[in-house]
Amino acid sequence: MSVGSLFFAFCVVLCLVGAVSTIASHNPIRSAVGLLGTIIGIAGLFLKLAAEFLAAIQLIVYAGAVVVLFVFVIMLLGPDATLADDTPARARFSRWGGAALFVVLALGAAFGFHGGWGPPTPLPNVQPGHGSTEAVGGMLFHQGLVPFELATALLIVAAVGAIAVARSRHHVKPATQEPNASKRMFAGPIHPRDAERPLGREGAR
Amino acid sequence: MNTLGQYVDHYVFLASILFTLGAVGFLMRRNVLVQLMSIELMLNAVNLALVAYNRLHGDDMNGHMFAFFIIAVAAAEAAVGLAIVLSFYRLKASVNSDEADSLKH
Repeated sequence: MSVGSLFFAFCVVLCLVGAVSTIASHNPIRSAVGLLGTIIGIAGLFLKLAAEFLAAIQLIVYAGAVVVLFVFVIMLLGPDATLADDTPARARFSRWGGAALFVVLALGAAFGFHGGWGPPTPLPNVQPGHGSTEAVGGMLFHQGLVPFELATALLIVAAVGAIAVARSRHHVKPATQEPNASKRMFAGPIHPRDAERPLGREGAR
Repeated sequence: MNTLGQYVDHYVFLASILFTLGAVGFLMRRNVLVQLMSIELMLNAVNLALVAYNRLHGDDMNGHMFAFFIIAVAAAEAAVGLAIVLSFYRLKASVNSDEADSLKH
């Protein structure tokens, strides 16, 4: 078994273990760590596919930002992030049935099409610059310039939108004080000895 | 065993398995956080398939570019989705997606 195949097998195992742990874990932190494992496995597979720029971007954005965001939200929710009863008994059949139907349809689509049962297609050799930053960047800034700018706008809108949605709705009103400064001088007792027994109109408005 | 990872079918098969796992997780779990993570799983599977096919047809970098935009959009979607989860938690004190039924008749 060559090193490439070993690396591929390792990444595949990491992806699958991570994916199963993401969807089947009762504890959401375990799900987040499983997602992290899948993302790292996919980054390894990107490297095997000579997609070095995408592997780096995958690690930076997905593993470094998205998973961290998930962990932050789980931290904010605290113990309420874990559902005590995830699948009530009355919905169990419909959920398992729906999931099984999806699996059957997916496998049917994978193997039922023309070429599904044919011989595997080997990957050809590619030129050395395949998947490099220069290649993807050249593509991005020539053919993909408009989508690139729109993605920038999308990210700004998403950041503003996330802040707007997650902001607290309760407006804390500051205690209003007497606007007139001269009246404010006499709003309370002038000397501490008058604190218990206010003289005349002190403190009464 | 030596040819593991030298055929595009291996990567596409793994991508379809991951996508199926993500979809099953989204359909079966009621925890909103796990549902969002399953969505990210599905997006990663699609990225893998895109990059594998780009490696097969190596003329230009269309698949890489597409995957780049998918990563960007998925990050934005995760941010907004988690903001909605926080808002929902503030309303219902729970992350059970079965309790998001305010529009129900």
